[in-house]
Amino acid sequence: MENKNFFRVIRAGINTTFQDEGRTNLYHIGIPFSGAMDNRNYQLSNRLVNNDINRPVLEFAYQGPLLKYFGDKITFAITGDVNFNIIQAKNVIKGNCYESYQIDDGDEIDILSTNKSVYGYFSISAKFDLKVQWGSCSTNTKANIGANDGRILNNNQKIIINKINKNQIKKKLNYMNTKIEKIRVIKGTNFNYFSDEGKKIFFEKEFIVSKLSDRMGMRLNGPKIKNIVDTNIRSEGLIKGVIQVPADGNPIIMCSDHGTIGGYPKIGVVISADYDKLVQLPPGSKIKFQPIELSDAETLYKLYDMETHNLISQI
Amino acid sequence: MIKNILNLGDAALYCDFGSEVNKHINSSVIKYFRSLKKKKIHGINNLTPSYNKLIISYDLKITNFNEIKKVIENISFDKNDELVTKKIEIPICCDEKYSLDLERLKEKIKLEKDEILKIFFSNEYFCYMTGFIAGMPFLGDLNNKLKIKRLETPRIKVPKGSVGITEQFANIYTFESPGGWNIIGNTPIKIFDKTKESKPNLINPGDTIVFKQIDTEKYLNYGE
Repeated sequence: MENKNFFRVIRAGINTTFQDEGRTNLYHIGIPFSGAMDNRNYQLSNRLVNNDINRPVLEFAYQGPLLKYFGDKITFAITGDVNFNIIQAKNVIKGNCYESYQIDDGDEIDILSTNKSVYGYFSISAKFDLKVQWGSCSTNTKANIGANDGRILNNNQKIIINKINKNQIKKKLNYMNTKIEKIRVIKGTNFNYFSDEGKKIFFEKEFIVSKLSDRMGMRLNGPKIKNIVDTNIRSEGLIKGVIQVPADGNPIIMCSDHGTIGGYPKIGVVISADYDKLVQLPPGSKIKFQPIELSDAETLYKLYDMETHNLISQI
Repeated sequence: MIKNILNLGDAALYCDFGSEVNKHINSSVIKYFRSLKKKKIHGINNLTPSYNKLIISYDLKITNFNEIKKVIENISFDKNDELVTKKIEIPICCDEKYSLDLERLKEKIKLEKDEILKIFFSNEYFCYMTGFIAGMPFLGDLNNKLKIKRLETPRIKVPKGSVGITEQFANIYTFESPGGWNIIGNTPIKIFDKTKESKPNLINPGDTIVFKQIDTEKYLNYGE
């Protein structure tokens, strides 16, 4: 009777991984935080299927997976800005994000694409059967750590699930993801490495999100930011949201799977309140940076966190 | 000791121990790191020691910059606490197949290959920090004669186990990764082992490393 409930991955999608809250206290050995890129949407997806908000879920980017389900009835939910269909018998039902659906043996979920955004989240009213490594299931494909042997989902693999929730209640939330255009930034520890002109460019001009962006980092193109001190610093610790500017003058923003140490000057750090929305900007998006003081950033994060909790409590 | 504390964004402290890179400054970074780690301060979720800095990141849901700063400033450290470290021998094979940049080094620093390796292997190295990728040790200090910049165009894939040098440092690529260091050899030893959750890193900050040259046959049969 073991493993009788599972998904068959018919199409894996572009970059589908298991993610949860991430790992802590491992930067010193070179292991990054990982975890869901968009933390709010990750938590909401769990709540919509009546889970604790920190259960592991599937995170997908751009194009998600096509999954065929085998087993007892379960409920699932998808968050983000995502187009998906539920295929039951011969019927194709267009799904809505922030709404839970029940599926049965033989049903399929086809996660077609994210809509002018990058990441989406898929949660179920059950537990994915996953390996925990250093307190987290999050897949880190670079070091091959975490669930699924530290690798992205593959075509034709099985996803075994267990512990289906007894209470499967249909849930719904009225929520619209809003776009962010101004990314608020606290000046970095090497802000003065850059020319006055470079600093002005950084806060006044538009930058474009490059295709070379992933869970490790977001690369930007735009006017070059000129360094007048040194294009290298002594390698030192990095955190999520740090904006490094290497010798070519194009900023790179550190994301959840970033290298733990870096040697490029830090011009700024994206505030915690703006991170979830920043990572949802697809390549080609235009962004502007806005300077902000630490105390304001702290207040904005409190507000953002409160808003997230309000949304969770509405479900 | 900490010279200056700044904020790095809204969720981290940037502790500066001085502008130089030497064993003395780095040892105090490591001591601070080790004792802070033991204290398990509520809200701190990561500590990253490097040559001369310690980055302390915290959960903004639990605490904030001023609170953590106060804690750090008022904490008592045993400054006389001796750094307990290990001495580890790392075998490297420098045969042509593994020493990808030895030819480049020969031209750049105008020394014969044998001479380069002789200088490299005669030193003991100190582990300043680990990171960038899981378990990668940053080792110093190289003999000044071997000082060389990074590759102009970094490799997209540096093979796992590669030993590289740049500026005054050596490192070991714990798994295949992009990188721009000058590769002089390869070790058959596992430097990072993800199956050992409590001690995945063979080399830790403060440890002393001695490299030993082995031939291809020994390299291929290593561990048998």
